[in-house]
Amino acid sequence: MKNYLYMLALALPAEIMADWEVNMPRGVTPTSEIAYDIHMLMFWITVVIGILVFGVMIYSIIYHRKSVGHQPAKFHESTKVEIIWTVIPFLILVVCAVPATKALIMMEDTSDAGITLKVTGYQWMWEYEYLEDGVNFFSKIDNESNRARRLNSGQNVNNVDNYLRNVDNVVVLPTDTKVRVLLTASDVIHAWWVPELGGKKDAIPGYVNELWINIKKPGVYRGACAELCGKDHGFMPIVVRAVPKMEYEKWVTLQKDNRVAETKGN
Amino acid sequence: MSANIHDIHDQHHHTPSGLMRWITTTNHKDIGSLYLWFSLLMFFIGGFMALIIRAELFEPGLQLVIPGFFNQMTTMHALIMIFGAVMPAFVGLANWQIPIMIGAPDMALPRLNNWSFWILPFAFTMLLSTLFFDSGGPAAGWTLYPPLSLQGGNSMPFVILSIHLLGISSILGAINVIATILNMRAPGMTLMKMPIFIWTWLITAFLLIAAMPVLAGAITMLLTDRFFGTSFFTASGGGDPVMFQHIFWFFGHPEVYILILPAFGIVSTIIPAFSRKKLFGYDSMVYATASIALLSFIVWAHHMFTVGMPLAGEIFFMLTTMLIAVPTGVKVFNWVATMWKGSMTFETPMLFALAFIILFTIGGFSGLMLAMTPADFQYHDTYFVVAHFHYVLVPGAVFAIIAAVYYWLPKWTGKMYSESLGKLHFWLTTIFVNVTFFPMHFVGLAGMPRRIPDYPVQFADFNAIASVGAFGFGLSQILFVYILYNTLKKDVTADDKVWDGAEGLEWTLSSPPPYHSFEKAPRVE
Repeated sequence: MKNYLYMLALALPAEIMADWEVNMPRGVTPTSEIAYDIHMLMFWITVVIGILVFGVMIYSIIYHRKSVGHQPAKFHESTKVEIIWTVIPFLILVVCAVPATKALIMMEDTSDAGITLKVTGYQWMWEYEYLEDGVNFFSKIDNESNRARRLNSGQNVNNVDNYLRNVDNVVVLPTDTKVRVLLTASDVIHAWWVPELGGKKDAIPGYVNELWINIKKPGVYRGACAELCGKDHGFMPIVVRAVPKMEYEKWVTLQKDNRVAETKGN
Repeated sequence: MSANIHDIHDQHHHTPSGLMRWITTTNHKDIGSLYLWFSLLMFFIGGFMALIIRAELFEPGLQLVIPGFFNQMTTMHALIMIFGAVMPAFVGLANWQIPIMIGAPDMALPRLNNWSFWILPFAFTMLLSTLFFDSGGPAAGWTLYPPLSLQGGNSMPFVILSIHLLGISSILGAINVIATILNMRAPGMTLMKMPIFIWTWLITAFLLIAAMPVLAGAITMLLTDRFFGTSFFTASGGGDPVMFQHIFWFFGHPEVYILILPAFGIVSTIIPAFSRKKLFGYDSMVYATASIALLSFIVWAHHMFTVGMPLAGEIFFMLTTMLIAVPTGVKVFNWVATMWKGSMTFETPMLFALAFIILFTIGGFSGLMLAMTPADFQYHDTYFVVAHFHYVLVPGAVFAIIAAVYYWLPKWTGKMYSESLGKLHFWLTTIFVNVTFFPMHFVGLAGMPRRIPDYPVQFADFNAIASVGAFGFGLSQILFVYILYNTLKKDVTADDKVWDGAEGLEWTLSSPPPYHSFEKAPRVE
């Protein structure tokens, strides 16, 4: 019986709990990892403070109630205590601020990038330009999701593969390369966000923002527009496929050949 | 609410009766009641919109509304709840309470008071009417970010004009509050002897006067961009879309504290009353409130960490935002110290106040996490933010308003509400508020952006739970209306003191209080 329960507990998370994700992904880039670390640091600090404060409060609620005959005390101020609980939180904040500031400096340093990817937000798709390699294309939600998402489409979205998370043209990036991402928009403000690759930045008309990613693990990473950009804001996903450098080079060559073929065809 | 009181004192007063009485009234109690009823109505209208949102989000795929209408619902829900429900409720409480807590006969500027209320129904009629336009209501979010908001249909000028009216109403209300508090306190009531609720409202009123004109400026520039060919915020004309966000949040962050400081005042009044012990650290409470108000003007850009600010800006706004945790922490510690070694009882207002402390603190914790810029790059514009601000606004501001109504209703009406129904209302509300908003932390961290009408299937389970919670929460509020109705049809029976642990001048008056609260100023020692 005990073994059975143990096995069930092991099996459950994989199968059922897949949809019950409760935390931020640690991700596969230095920036996503540092964001995760700061997030967890703050989470545990707030948990400890919460247990202490709510613990005192609940103790007081249980023992200092009229129904158990507790008589009210007379004190209503204590300069010493008040200074202590002003200074201690301040010190805790200093302890948090140091790693956070360091992380921020690291995250905003886009120098020495290997390649540059320019991302332009449109209502409601993305354009990607590989500035060094001369590849560019548009990327929008795949047709299957786009059909299923219509009001009363009659389709069960649970049967759609990667519903709202798939695109027609996937962004391919090399692993172990510092990629500088330039962000802008042509119409309204969008935000480019793939959680496992780190934080988001806004794509703003008239601005060129930048962020950097350095993907440590090959794989497919999915994200979405994160700034309200009109009626189809919820329907402009992002898919990044990270591949080893050699494979990336091959992909670039293939893209260029395709383009040459297309031009000749015309 | 005070119809029967009015009749007694009306004989020497010659005011119109029926509808005209309410339209022409200059009495702080009548106007307070108008504000409170109006805010309750708006609470239900805004809540109905929230239920449309949650019904659509119950499962993935679009079942009920098209995305454009969904965006109108999120936009209107926020505008209605902030400007229609929470702010007027606090002004209603200020109207009822300030004169009777400081020993004054009425507010300092009664005609202005009448006007600042009666602007509201017109403003909201105009705002809500946009939903019936062919092009629909505003759909760019309550933050009205250009260039998206400039794409809006015919609703835009109506929305802007109604926000202007709301701003005028708020500023007039704030002027009245300041004039009343600074000039009409009972002899002997020095500033540092004022009830804490009065202090928090005084500071809130200054925030209103400082912040609302900034919003007015921002939306006026939107209006001229759209209709008079200016390009303040359009990049193609040399303008700057990010400048709008800076101006908006320079209003927006003080606005956040406008929505919470009076709630602090209410909780700081209720906790000592039911702990039968004086408020711990009164002076530090006042200083903490003032510090929060001052800090609110130098933290605005933490709402926009992802716009691509210079590194120095990001660090500055991260550090100043973190600083807010210090005075806010002082408040929470003071409340707990007030309860410590008290003699507590748990009537409905106390229950709501206790839930406020715990749940508002949870909202404060997620706020501290959001302050950390590196992590905020992940949190920004996700459901984690939605969870955060609903925790500080619903079990925060709204719980404090409900607590205040239960606490002072017997004083206002002379009638005691049903304690068992009140407790039932509390438990239903508190359970459902957590069922609604707690799962939003999880989907937000897992990567669900906010303001989307449909979502990938991996977020389905927690969204279904949140939707069930939202309907439970909404239905529980019908019980609140029933409790009010049930109380108002009773006979006058409440004691003048009502609560044995309560302190303050309002409890020296009869329940219900006379039409002109203090005809003769009391002396405060």
